[in-house]
Amino acid sequence: MERIGLAPGGKTGEVLAQDIAQKFPQLVTITKATHNRLYAKVDKAALVPLCSYMKDNLDFEHVTCVGGVDWLEEKKMQVVYHITSYANKVTAELVVDLPRDQPEVDSITPLWGGANWHERETWDMFGIVFVGHPKLERLLNPAGTEVFPFRKDFVSGRRV
Amino acid sequence: MDLRLAPHAVAMSSSEFLSWSGEVMDQLMKYTGAKKAVDRLTAPIWSWAIRNATVPLHFGIACCALEMAAASGPRFDAERLGMIYRSSPRQTEVLLVNGWVTAKLRPDLRRLYEQMAEPRWVIAMGECAISGGPWYDSHNTVQGVDTFIPVDVYIPGCPPRPEAMIDGFMKLHKKITKEMKGTFLND
Repeated sequence: MERIGLAPGGKTGEVLAQDIAQKFPQLVTITKATHNRLYAKVDKAALVPLCSYMKDNLDFEHVTCVGGVDWLEEKKMQVVYHITSYANKVTAELVVDLPRDQPEVDSITPLWGGANWHERETWDMFGIVFVGHPKLERLLNPAGTEVFPFRKDFVSGRRV
Repeated sequence: MDLRLAPHAVAMSSSEFLSWSGEVMDQLMKYTGAKKAVDRLTAPIWSWAIRNATVPLHFGIACCALEMAAASGPRFDAERLGMIYRSSPRQTEVLLVNGWVTAKLRPDLRRLYEQMAEPRWVIAMGECAISGGPWYDSHNTVQGVDTFIPVDVYIPGCPPRPEAMIDGFMKLHKKITKEMKGTFLND
């Protein structure tokens, strides 16, 4: 497929997906790849190695968003990372599954400083702990809040 | 007023003298009726002046701030009615709260209100500032500004149009005219 606006020397999402699948055969599952998108399910242990590989070798410069999903019935939580490469014009969506009773994942803030507030907000709203985050404190809720409002078992109602 | 202290005035420290003489002047003006007379004479002038310079604090919180911006644009031109926005609370008369107030913002908004010089007024603009509006059961939204700041004028709407906002300021003008605060703010 002819790509519009391909950067000089840039790679398409399919090429990058093959590269990642070769490098991490067990722990990373590529679910879909198009010319400018890349979707992958990542094991918790492989997240930081994959991200450093993407940053150092595949020109992913920018964390667009980090968010959480609470699956109450499946008893799991997901962290969704959107990481963008300007050089390749590709956005990668990485999904990490976590157990709901112990949602802990390694922080990617040491790699991309832009993930700092995204991870902080995800902890603030979902209670997902990012191990190695430099300042995991309340961001949108006032300090001293004891609830995680975006969890599905949170009962909404007047509190202030 | 303690005029018996007058012989000791020369022996007072400067701060003692200032507070003593200030108190004497104050009481003298109050009990001779001079204060009331000055208030009566100056109140129409001051209320006219305040009315024509209801300077709101330039503190846009949410989507009502867009209506605030539209009101100061060329079509509505709120500036002709004295609504010139200033960014410092020390230089403003009106705290225009336009939008939801989160629990995190509440202490800062209260502080802004306390930093404003008297006489000061508060206008709650839009449903969120009046009663929480669409965030009636939110975990983090304060249910109305009047829970922690005295509010003078409410402008309903979600968001209110610029005409409604200007109308709210006209209501405030009426209130200022009626209160007729003089030089001493009727204290």
